[in-house]
Amino acid sequence: MTDHHLAQLNVGRLRWPLDAPESAGFVDGLKPINALADASPGFVWRLTDEGGQDATSIHPDGDDMIVNLSVWESRQALWDFTYRSDHLEYVRRRREWFQRPTEPIMVLWWVPAGHLPSLEEALARLARLREAGPVPEAFTLRRPYEPDGRLAPT
Amino acid sequence: MSDVEAITALGDPVRRRVYDYVVAQDHEVGRAEAADAAGIQRTLAAFHLDRLAEAGLLDVVFRRPPGRSGPGAGRPAKLYRRSAADHVVSLPPRDYGTPAALLAEVVDALGAEGDLERVARRHGRAVGETAEGGVEEVLARQGYAPYRADGAVRMRNCPFHAVAREFPPLVCGMNLALVEGLLDGMGETGLCARMRARPGECCVEIASKNNDD
Repeated sequence: MTDHHLAQLNVGRLRWPLDAPESAGFVDGLKPINALADASPGFVWRLTDEGGQDATSIHPDGDDMIVNLSVWESRQALWDFTYRSDHLEYVRRRREWFQRPTEPIMVLWWVPAGHLPSLEEALARLARLREAGPVPEAFTLRRPYEPDGRLAPT
Repeated sequence: MSDVEAITALGDPVRRRVYDYVVAQDHEVGRAEAADAAGIQRTLAAFHLDRLAEAGLLDVVFRRPPGRSGPGAGRPAKLYRRSAADHVVSLPPRDYGTPAALLAEVVDALGAEGDLERVARRHGRAVGETAEGGVEEVLARQGYAPYRADGAVRMRNCPFHAVAREFPPLVCGMNLALVEGLLDGMGETGLCARMRARPGECCVEIASKNNDD
């Protein structure tokens, strides 16, 4: 195993409350897609709320904001789950359920293997990405860095 | 080795047959299998496979057959699979990848996926209306490398891989709309295209509407 794991935070502002019929397509996908993530190669951990199933009751910035915080063994593992599994269909349809973002909503950073990031830590990384653009401490899938701070080949 | 040299390596018809066979498989291919498929001796198959690997058209992996490991399992076999690298030759030189990436970034920034999907569906329909042959033939001509599995048509190759890797939801959504339009234009009312992304494959599969699950 590697010394580092990849943490990712993704935030989104809902267009409608989760119990509204317009959100049903998203809500119906939560259970199967979370199960798919949990069973994916390279999956390490994801944040869940007190319900233990998902993180939908965690709202760090207004009731319409929901978060997804997870840890993966590698960039490839995260990429394959995000874009090369049934999860892709939900990414493709994201505009049906989420407001169009005007600033970055997903951030990646390396953590020592075994470290589970807190939401505060994750939000600070996102703020860093928003103010500085991709840097080794807060980057994106399109412009990734290695754990040693070098720009990764894509 | 340059892209031109890579393509030139396919000039030999026997080597081309070996290449076409390997890239159409869903598994890594050894020299015995390639020899049988191309109807040639194993030593000749190995020669062509190695030439294709040198040219960057195939990747080489060493692996023991499944179920055999530990002491006594013998040496790992040399196996070949489609190269992960793209080879593009355009004479005179043309670069469509850079404008595609720039345009994709703008569409993404504008949130204009819906417009892209509409245009793609229209384009697919126009192609489908004049296409000759069945669905799999048409997809094969467009480079999708279709195959059948579990009653559906899946595709081993993403013709838009370079830009899809950079903007997956955008380009995969465009691709789905293209294939939907194509089926519509061909009058294939009993078939539907749907997302089914898997590592190393096209993100779309085509299924019969009747046994839709």
